[in-house]
Amino acid sequence: MSKQEQHWEKSKGLLTMTLAIWFVFSIGIFLFGAEMNEVTGPFGYPLTYWFTCQGSLGIFVILIFWFANRQEKIDEEFGFSEKGDD
Amino acid sequence: MIKGNFIDNLPKVYGIYTGGFLAFIIIMSIAEQMGVTAKTIGICFVAFTVAIYAIIGYLSRTAQADAYYVAGRQVPTVFNGMATAADWMSGASFVAMAGGIYFKGYGYMALLVGWTGGYVLVASLLAPYLRKFGCYTVPDFIGTRYGGNLSRFMAVVVLTVASFTYVTAQINATGTIASVALDIPFQYAVYVGLVSILLCSMLGGMRGVTWTQVAQYIVLIIAYLLPVFWISNKMGAGFFPHFMLADEVSRIAELEAQFGFVKNTAENLKEVPKGLAGITKAHSAVNATPWAFISLALAMMMGTASLPHVMMRYFTTPSVKAARKSVGWSLFFIFLLYSSAPMLATLSKLSLIDPSLPTGIIGKSISEVQAIDWYQNWNQANLMFVSDFNGNGTLELNEFFMGGKAVVLATPEIAGLPYVISGLVAAGGMAAAMSTADGLILAIANAISHDVYYKIIDPKAETAKRLVVARVLLVVIGFAGATIAALEIQGILGSVIWAFDFAMSGLFFPLVLGVWWKRANKEGAVAGMALGLISGAAYLVWVRSGGSGFLGITQLTFGIFGSAVSLVAMVVVSLMTQAPNAATQKMVDEVRVPAGKSILGKQH
Repeated sequence: MSKQEQHWEKSKGLLTMTLAIWFVFSIGIFLFGAEMNEVTGPFGYPLTYWFTCQGSLGIFVILIFWFANRQEKIDEEFGFSEKGDD
Repeated sequence: MIKGNFIDNLPKVYGIYTGGFLAFIIIMSIAEQMGVTAKTIGICFVAFTVAIYAIIGYLSRTAQADAYYVAGRQVPTVFNGMATAADWMSGASFVAMAGGIYFKGYGYMALLVGWTGGYVLVASLLAPYLRKFGCYTVPDFIGTRYGGNLSRFMAVVVLTVASFTYVTAQINATGTIASVALDIPFQYAVYVGLVSILLCSMLGGMRGVTWTQVAQYIVLIIAYLLPVFWISNKMGAGFFPHFMLADEVSRIAELEAQFGFVKNTAENLKEVPKGLAGITKAHSAVNATPWAFISLALAMMMGTASLPHVMMRYFTTPSVKAARKSVGWSLFFIFLLYSSAPMLATLSKLSLIDPSLPTGIIGKSISEVQAIDWYQNWNQANLMFVSDFNGNGTLELNEFFMGGKAVVLATPEIAGLPYVISGLVAAGGMAAAMSTADGLILAIANAISHDVYYKIIDPKAETAKRLVVARVLLVVIGFAGATIAALEIQGILGSVIWAFDFAMSGLFFPLVLGVWWKRANKEGAVAGMALGLISGAAYLVWVRSGGSGFLGITQLTFGIFGSAVSLVAMVVVSLMTQAPNAATQKMVDEVRVPAGKSILGKQH
């Protein structure tokens, strides 16, 4: 496998993981919205309500930064990152 | 005028700007103490901020194509994040979101999840790759990746349909705010709004829009957060509302159980002015089926990833790496406002319905409520209404009606905040609507001037001529939008949500598969765009004309149907026709690697 193919395989792996986490917090948990709302979540809010107000939104922010860092590492590993600028 | 130096000094420049704006707020509050009228303060807020944006727009003027189309590709990540957040958060987000949460509860929260979750798709599937491509516009990517004028033209069509649906609502919002703040009739205020919008974008194109959007973000976020924190502290609900409103949320649930949701008869509801609603849904309980919630969230997420005015913001970053990080910053800045909207809705609702609070009106006698100053003001503005349906002389929960906008606009006054806050909120709403309108008009005008005029009609045109065409189009599209907005048929054309559905129907899969599926070809992309848009639009027309729909897909989520058709059409047609040639396949390989030259040159 060429260097480029390996790089793409790893990138696809990261994409799959990112989309899996995204799926859980944007779709998965809301399949059980009613049941989850019985539980008390962070800061004392009902759990599903908290996810819709803050939880899922905040997790998306963190997820994007995590993804960006991981992808940068992959690019560096194969020498494909850009030089100089940020 | 604005070059290298300016970029290095950005934190300082915007730091001074923010300080200046805060000083302006303080001066206005002193003026209020000294007896300056509320109307003058409102005019000052709107006029002062719009004048600043116009100055920034003028200073950013340019005669270069890459500055005009992509701000010279030198916008740092954090500032691009702010600009994107302003571009993204429309007048509707600013004025109507808290109201939507207030009235519809959980069912509406799907929009918050959708409008944020979409950025994960933007960051992981598209933005970095389109940045590497080096395109000026979204159709530029489609046209080059798939080849041929037809694919480019189809992308322009989808972009125009989606963005134009969106922009009339934004111009309408600037007109509404201008007419209230400046006290002029709406038909003229719409054009005042339009001129303000064009002042930001005409001379500097994307460069002008970028630096005004950063300024507009600062105004709108201060205008949103300051009242939320102030009200929360004043009510004694908590110093930091986001972490401290659990008691208030459970108190609302308690009151809801105590009052009950009494259903009004159709006859009684006839009395209620149009556009006002009562509290009929639980505040924090789950009141929608899983599919209703998920389908709406999914449609908004895929729509987010397909809206060209957002995507083109990531063409302005200096590198691919910066484009990825910038998406994270964008969402962070959006999160600041979105996570505050539910808190505002909670504070607003509790302050009105809790009889044990001094501001609570439920349980008071009707005549007592009708004598309250703020009730009279907002009743006159057609945003509040009470009526004694059961004739017992006391106001019940089901006898109190409010407009969605009132949650943001009236809560500061109800909580007893000074008028200066209302002026600030007007300036914030204006900033939110203007920044989104600018991004949208620019997206349409750039696509037509670059992709239709330069790439298809006259590929030999000089830069100067191209930029003249771009600016003329900007004005023409702005006027078309304003004219339609002035007709006030917003119910039909203004639905922001439809724009997401149109965009995802036609563009989501052609964009994503362009990067992630090498086998995708021109024929497939054209079929995907055309059939996706047509089937999505047909579904919308069918449901609106009384059709029953299927699979629970409503007129708000028709993009799910459109994009499914688009995916199937694109895959089937691609596989039935020839694979893309070796040069195209190599191009896709290069797009997938951040290093190296972009596919399209700096000037193209």
